[in-house]
Amino acid sequence: MGLELFLDLVSQPSRAVYIFAKKNGIPLELRTVDLIKGQHKIKEFLQINSLGKLPTLKDGDFILTESSAILIYLSCKYQTPDHWYPSDLQARARVHEYLGWHADCIRGTFGIPLWVQVLGPLIGVQVPEEKVERNRTAIDQALQWLEDKFLGDRPFLAGQQVTLADLMALEELTQLVALGYELFEGRPRLATWHGRVEAFLGAELCQEAHSIIFSILEQAAKKTLPTPSPEAYPAMLLRIARIP
Amino acid sequence: MGLELYLDLLSQPCRAVYIFAKKNDIPFELRIVDLIKGQHLSDAFAQVNPLKKVPALKDEDFTLTESVAILLYLTRKYKVPDYWYPQDLQARARVDEYLAWQHTTLRRSCLRALWHKMMFPVFLGEPVSPQTLAATLAELDVTLQLLEDKFLQNKAFLTGPHISLADLVAITELMHPVGAGCQVFEGRPKLATWRQRVEAAVGEDLFREAHEVILKAKDFPPADPTIKQKLMPWVLAMIR
Ligand SMILES: N[C@@H](CCC(=O)N[C@@H](CS)C(=O)NCC(=O)O)C(=O)O
Ligand SMILES: N[C@@H](CCC(=O)N[C@@H](CS)C(=O)NCC(=O)O)C(=O)O
Repeated sequence: MGLELFLDLVSQPSRAVYIFAKKNGIPLELRTVDLIKGQHKIKEFLQINSLGKLPTLKDGDFILTESSAILIYLSCKYQTPDHWYPSDLQARARVHEYLGWHADCIRGTFGIPLWVQVLGPLIGVQVPEEKVERNRTAIDQALQWLEDKFLGDRPFLAGQQVTLADLMALEELTQLVALGYELFEGRPRLATWHGRVEAFLGAELCQEAHSIIFSILEQAAKKTLPTPSPEAYPAMLLRIARIP
Repeated sequence: MGLELYLDLLSQPCRAVYIFAKKNDIPFELRIVDLIKGQHLSDAFAQVNPLKKVPALKDEDFTLTESVAILLYLTRKYKVPDYWYPQDLQARARVDEYLAWQHTTLRRSCLRALWHKMMFPVFLGEPVSPQTLAATLAELDVTLQLLEDKFLQNKAFLTGPHISLADLVAITELMHPVGAGCQVFEGRPKLATWRQRVEAAVGEDLFREAHEVILKAKDFPPADPTIKQKLMPWVLAMIR
């Protein structure tokens, strides 16, 4: 058995790994774990990753979690083109700088709208308007930093070439675009960057990776989303309660 | 001018960077940015890091923020022992995994524990409701359990038989709630022996020196009103 990737294309970090593997022709067996159904909280998956998180990579007995660690692992193991994870000292440091900031300021913040608009309502929970507002402000602030500090007047987030940083950021932004956020209004540099990254990846690959998330609102409206399993409820409620 | 590190040892990622640089005899100029005086909010520091956070590194005209990025940069630039960030692919991936995991988990829990248990009531004179404090401490408990069960397991160190960047980043976090008077290691014999191993690997003197500030934080004089006013928005943003 080759490498297995447990993922759900609803999840931003899952998509980042998916796109990276596809773009670089890395052979992976894909195992979809349906987050909305709560399949990540059932025994079969918890035996693989006791944290119950996606994405998860399985390479023989070696099980690895955390998208950024998986991306680095794959880029080293398959010796993907240097630009993704540059060997140059300073260029690589820029990638790590972004990834650190991303974990603090993007990750927790950009995931919230899906809970507000789709997952909360699915289990009958409404996130208070005050928290929604706060989240919107945090998103705006983060986008500003993304554009001013990380992008600046460079073509990509960590410099002249596309890196893992762009991929991680792209997928978080895609999540919001799919939920109807007008992210690029008044942010021409960010818009150009977004176009540039997607062009690099290719329209076909982007479409393939993004089709599920782009249909999420429609599915929610038509009530065709699956019902979360009882095992998943406590974690979902906790997640919603923790929205700052 | 060689390497400059902008740090405040009150901050947990700063302690990790400080210990790493000292332990590996990396020559640097220490630039103290006093957080509880609000020096990180000054225009002078914004020139170094517009995000107004410590740690930050300056190496001639190269400026770098984010503790993990700084640690990895130092690891690659200076010839440090392999165990900090092993060449072996899978061993290294374990370190990367921990370093990615901690941001939203241990780091968050330890920071909240310090502020809710001590810095708000004692330093800022802002009471914290018993419910908030209880929730914070319960969250810390869950995270510590994950640290023990998922990462430490029965190994000597978090990612294997040797100390790595992961241990350094973790121990400096745990000393935050310790500084607030939380009994982090009580009833957790595995974590307690791990702490002793990390302390021994780092060297007890260096460990003590790096943690002097946080262990004395409970005796800080209360913030005066101007400082408090300056710090409050920042603290609230950080702790949410
Ligand atoms: N920092 C992790 C985040 C992983 C994560 O939170 N994944 C989400 C989906 S986007 C998940 O599995 N959530 C399920 C849960 O937390 O219970 C990474 O980048 O891989
Ligand atoms: N992810 C960053 C976090 C840095 C950070 O939040 N530092 C705190 C002190 S522990 C700080 O400088 N806060 C000031 C602020 O947020 O304005 C890192 O690991 O370096």
